[in-house]
Amino acid sequence: MAVPVLKQGDYLIASIQSVLSDADLLLLRDKLSGSVGEFRSRGVIIDVTVLDVIDSFATRTLRAIAHMLKLRGAETVIVGIQPDVAFAMVELGLTLEGVGTALDLEEGLAYLDTTLGTKKTMQNPGHGK
Amino acid sequence: MESELHTEIQSAADIVTARQRGRTLAMEIGFAGVDVTLVAAAISEIARNIVDHARRGEIVLSRVENTHPHSRKGIQIVARDEGPGIRDVVKAMQYGYSTRKGLGVGLPGAKWLMDDFEIDSQVGKGTTVTMRKWLH
Repeated sequence: MAVPVLKQGDYLIASIQSVLSDADLLLLRDKLSGSVGEFRSRGVIIDVTVLDVIDSFATRTLRAIAHMLKLRGAETVIVGIQPDVAFAMVELGLTLEGVGTALDLEEGLAYLDTTLGTKKTMQNPGHGK
Repeated sequence: MESELHTEIQSAADIVTARQRGRTLAMEIGFAGVDVTLVAAAISEIARNIVDHARRGEIVLSRVENTHPHSRKGIQIVARDEGPGIRDVVKAMQYGYSTRKGLGVGLPGAKWLMDDFEIDSQVGKGTTVTMRKWLH
């Protein structure tokens, strides 16, 4: 099942609606990489609330998506990893190193605002002079 | 032993089917909460191993009971394929070791998630992984 991607200002929100097959995840990767360019998005939120398992393949793909989008100039944050899913990931030794995570959509938006806002300040140290 | 639930694994889409069946059976047996997720995650890893290395095989789920050392019941997951087999099982069980593009998490990861884990592999003949999780 394809994952709908919504545009929200500078951000894209990919809201996973059902259990995903490997193919769906790879489709999402390609779609997001294209959409970031099309909409000139600076941040991407991937909502994984409905996922009942995040296995090694899903972890690797989510990590790949985040790194790819970074190369395209956008920050990614994964939101909604459920407690049981997080526990299983830890047991499997799976990490999302280098990828932003947040509790839910709201926190994800706040994360992007902070991350991208900080960047803006750092890139323009003379701003407001 | 009671009836077995067979799931053919021929493509990545079958991994989802196998783990959903595992989840359902685990709940029927009496597992709850995080244990159900751990069973599903273990099935996911082991089924992926079939797809990545053997291309096809099957996952057989069943209810198990034993009386020794004490009366208990659990779920048994057998992953069977007639793929190339594993040349070095000890190495394959090392975390982070992968002959493919994987993370090398599959086999050792599944072992961590379950209580019992046995692997029988013959080069050129195939691999059978048997794992069980007991209700505590």
